[in-house]
Amino acid sequence: MQSLTNRAKLLEKKPMTLAERAYLPAIFQGLTITMRHFLRAMRKQQLTIRYPEETRPFSPVFRGLHVLKRDEAGRERCTACGLCAVACPAEAITMVAGERLKGEANLYREEKYAVSYEINMLRCIFCGLCEEACPKAAIYLQADKMAPPRYERDEFIYGKDRLVEPTDPAKRSKRGIQLTDEQATKLSGQLQPA
Amino acid sequence: MTLPVLGWQGLVILVVFGATLLIATYSTYAERVIAAFLQDRVGPDRAGPYGLAQPLADAVKMFTKEEFFPGGASRALFVFGPCLAMTTALMSSAVIPFGNSLKFGDTVIHLQGIEINVGMLYVFGMVSLGVYGIMIGGWASNNKFSLLGAIRAASQNISYELAMGLALIAVLMMSGSLSLRDITLQQSVPGEWQFWNIVKQPIGFIIFLVCAFAETNRTPFDLPECETELVGGYHTEYSSMKLGLYLFSEYINIFVASAVMSVLYFGGFNFPFQYELRDWLVSSRGLSADLAQNIIVLVGVGGMFAKIFAFIFFFMWVRWTLPRFRYDQLMRLGWTILIPLAIFNILLTGGLITAGIIPAVRQWWLG
Ligand code: SF4
Ligand code: SF4
Repeated sequence: MQSLTNRAKLLEKKPMTLAERAYLPAIFQGLTITMRHFLRAMRKQQLTIRYPEETRPFSPVFRGLHVLKRDEAGRERCTACGLCAVACPAEAITMVAGERLKGEANLYREEKYAVSYEINMLRCIFCGLCEEACPKAAIYLQADKMAPPRYERDEFIYGKDRLVEPTDPAKRSKRGIQLTDEQATKLSGQLQPA
Repeated sequence: MTLPVLGWQGLVILVVFGATLLIATYSTYAERVIAAFLQDRVGPDRAGPYGLAQPLADAVKMFTKEEFFPGGASRALFVFGPCLAMTTALMSSAVIPFGNSLKFGDTVIHLQGIEINVGMLYVFGMVSLGVYGIMIGGWASNNKFSLLGAIRAASQNISYELAMGLALIAVLMMSGSLSLRDITLQQSVPGEWQFWNIVKQPIGFIIFLVCAFAETNRTPFDLPECETELVGGYHTEYSSMKLGLYLFSEYINIFVASAVMSVLYFGGFNFPFQYELRDWLVSSRGLSADLAQNIIVLVGVGGMFAKIFAFIFFFMWVRWTLPRFRYDQLMRLGWTILIPLAIFNILLTGGLITAGIIPAVRQWWLG
């Protein structure tokens, strides 16, 4: 039959030669191939990444575990506006707002602050919409940390104790999406009443 | 035999028993590491240094798993099957000579469980009995996949035992003895050039090797436990340590098959220039003849185990290289290729012996 496309290939099924029927040459060939891989593995050239001792490099835009940022003076930025919770498609964020008392101005940046702030990491899909929604640059997804596995479900509900970054600036997450100095000044200029 | 000798012999038997179990245990580890390395992976490396405690972890896992009896299974036979497989596998290592005799004054200790003059037949008998373990287990499971696996195991073993026995006959025709110790000793005679049987019986060795793969149910002939067709073959219904016994007996069988091949074709505990080494120890090191002999015996034990480990490695190397045969291919290979080839090998050997060609060739080779 004339093929229309001329792309058909005629397959010839030849009877096996004696060497092929004896299996041994082919087996020997196969053995040398696997031995090459064996020797390569002996020289420790496997591509395996031995997690958790070794980890892959994270992408700089990786969206990992959340962090609640502090400002330059070490005060919590979050003002419990709830925009992140509204933006969250997975409804993972809950918070209770409270009013800043006298003498707490060194703790909270705004007059209204989050008394409790919880993210359920089992619900969260790490989309980063909370980060985009936040008007106070308070919540970020770190690029170098993941929510680690745990045994109990309630351990996945992260409160402020685990979300707010340490007061010591040196201990804060260096990686991840950070404000440049320029952005920070601009932002603080907008927000601070003149 | 006096009592102390019996005591020593008992100790040797215990050591052989322990060594067999230890090697089988670490074969499970070696299998994983080798499999991993052949496939560019890392293999078990978590339990202990280099993962060496992995077999212990496996044993704990096996022992603590649920003991499951399928409905409608014959309970007694279901337990009996793995026990039989394990027992026969362990018994077959008894006659293998792991070393020559150690001599302390008048006490002579054979480094062999028991020396019997039908050693080879004994091994064959035990290996054939091992099939009953698989048969009984497969039948008692009340599962059609198990039964099919068991039937496959039985017919495969019968087919390949024939070719194996025929390959062996050619060796026996040259040695004139069924004792594994005699066969070993004949492969190295002091004061004359003597070659290992592999040189004299290359065809026989290849047949024996192929059959050994089939007898131990290893890939490419692991049809009895063919996962793609039979779920798990004869041990589909087994769990916990009963499954462990089956897997373990497979590794013991590999060990025994490796030992038998080393003895039959690779000179057993002999190593090249052993008598020269002994004479050198005596003449230029001034050791007593007994001590020198004992030293080369111990080196010989090391050599024997090196050969065994090489074979075990080869078993695993082949397993992770080749795909499984189809059942009809397996049968065709056994009946239409290996058996005629083995018969041809017997005729060839017989002809060469009758014509006196082997001694003549040796004469010519030595000038
Ligand atoms: S990352 Fe997405 S899902 Fe997770 S808390 Fe933020 S908005 Fe919700
Ligand atoms: S994290 Fe940002 S968006 Fe969420 S409540 Fe605090 S200030 Fe508002």
